[in-house]
Amino acid sequence: MTEKIQTGHVMHSSHIRKDKSQIVINIITYILVTIFCIMCIMPFWMIVASSFATEDSVRRSGFTLWPTEVSTYSYELLFRSPDQMIGAYIVTICLTLAGTLVGLFIIAMTGYALQRKDFPLRNGIMFYIYFTSLFSAGLVPFYLLIVQYLNLRDSYFAILLPLLMSPWLIVLMKNFVKAIPHEITESGKIDGAGDFRIFYSLILPNLKPALATIGLFLALSYWNEWYYSSLFLTTKVEYRPLQYHLYNVINKVASLKNSVAGSNVVITDLPGETLKMATAVVATGPIILLYPFVQKYFVAGLTVGAVKG
Amino acid sequence: MQNTAQQKVVNYRKPSVGRTLVQNRTLIFMCLPAILFFFVFSYLPMPGAYIAFTNFQYNKGIFASPFVGLKNFQFLFSSGQLGLLLKNTVLYNLAFIILGNILQLAFAIMLNEVASKGYKKTAQSIMFLPYFISDVLVSLLVYNLINYDFGFISHLVRNLGGEMPKVYQNAGAWPFIIVLVHLWKSTGYGTVVYFAAITGMDSSMMEAAQIDGANAWQRIRYITLPTLKPTVIILFLFAIGGILKGNFGLFYNLVGNNSMLFKTTDIIETYVYRSMMNSFNFSQSSAVGLFQSVVGFFIVLGANAFVKHLDPDYALF
Repeated sequence: MTEKIQTGHVMHSSHIRKDKSQIVINIITYILVTIFCIMCIMPFWMIVASSFATEDSVRRSGFTLWPTEVSTYSYELLFRSPDQMIGAYIVTICLTLAGTLVGLFIIAMTGYALQRKDFPLRNGIMFYIYFTSLFSAGLVPFYLLIVQYLNLRDSYFAILLPLLMSPWLIVLMKNFVKAIPHEITESGKIDGAGDFRIFYSLILPNLKPALATIGLFLALSYWNEWYYSSLFLTTKVEYRPLQYHLYNVINKVASLKNSVAGSNVVITDLPGETLKMATAVVATGPIILLYPFVQKYFVAGLTVGAVKG
Repeated sequence: MQNTAQQKVVNYRKPSVGRTLVQNRTLIFMCLPAILFFFVFSYLPMPGAYIAFTNFQYNKGIFASPFVGLKNFQFLFSSGQLGLLLKNTVLYNLAFIILGNILQLAFAIMLNEVASKGYKKTAQSIMFLPYFISDVLVSLLVYNLINYDFGFISHLVRNLGGEMPKVYQNAGAWPFIIVLVHLWKSTGYGTVVYFAAITGMDSSMMEAAQIDGANAWQRIRYITLPTLKPTVIILFLFAIGGILKGNFGLFYNLVGNNSMLFKTTDIIETYVYRSMMNSFNFSQSSAVGLFQSVVGFFIVLGANAFVKHLDPDYALF
């Protein structure tokens, strides 16, 4: 679909190159968009640069675009006792893999069943699912359910389960499945295959772009997870998911700062400004490196699911 | 709706409930994990909203705690707490929605006017990047820029001879910071959505306008914008439907438990979270949450009715 539109569009752009107002718009665009793009990248660069600065230079001249004194000390410090970081990586990778695979399978199955026009319960079930995004009991009853009734405090299941699916992802999947010709299901029926068999052997192989897009949305929510961890994992848990680990590293210092900030004390020996930055680089690096390869799937997902809910 | 023929067949047979269930057992089984999921995590907590009408005692559980009627709500109203939370939540969301949409639309239209395919793609990819990172990292990025002692901007201001305020103690600065950070994080996402809507437009009108000698401004003014209008209005209405829902991750990571900033930064979600996790005030916390859910629900219904009135195809239900 996009191919067709883009070729059509290239034609029209070449037509209008002579137009003066077009040149003005192009200049404005290049300037503004480029500035915004730089603003999008610069903070990441600042973190990387700061992580390679010496603690002393940061104290003297703050975080800079280029470290005045280059040092790998914060990384050495980080890898001297890598237990926490390695543990966090393992926890996050396991949660991401398990959650994405299980969630994706359930979402695909549900999405397929709910778009089958010969399924009389589809509207009812869709409403049952959709209603949860319109009305919720709020955080407190949910919290008490997990902690008091399901006894999942300090369990990784308290993070794995709530993130498995969302009404939005199911709707998105439904829209993707709609694009698969209905004849495939019909032909499966004629061959005598059951509904699950049709889904598993005929529909799933045709759903690869959808699985990639929705799988990436799921994986991202697991990889970036810190919220449920902050609710349900207490200090008893030795290894925290990556972003929650980062959250703790950042806020250990920040809470100290807040507590003395009121009294206007200048703190000169705050521990590990550069260590925080190095932790951030190690915790977030992989997703940034993967980003160029996966972003097109996100764009595809937005195009399918954004407006038509 | 579209398949009236099929529906007629179904109606004609009028199968019994039992037969419907048996005939569709596989499809029902395929939906069962999701049904169970939403039952446990969304429907099961609903009766627990009763806690908002009790003086909750942890060891007694929700339903054995003493009933206090509307006392929790009365306190929240009369102390002005709820008013402040509502004001902050709504005003921030309005700023996000209005400024965000203007920026996203502008970027999408501008990108569409650029001829270079490579630039379009690269720009979209880069603008989309901030959406990918967790709010935890966002808070560190902000800290890196504006913290008083080491921040990049703080040093820049000082080197230029200015005086940098201590932003982490200055509540007045945070509406600007939070709105800027939110725009930074969400502009790429929205630009991609609008850009997709523009490229999906019928290009024949554009070409006709060019032949008639319309310049770029005129084409944007009389073709692109009017074509986008329905999309903009619908996205806007749905955004208004969620006006009581705050972006917890962003606010909590940027502000945290820094009480000096609460006056201008505390939204419903952060209050609910803090009063539960830090002060263990489950009843008041859930009273605020319930208020948000109920009022929010009616706002969504209103927004949806409005959308349905404009274009039934886009309505949620």
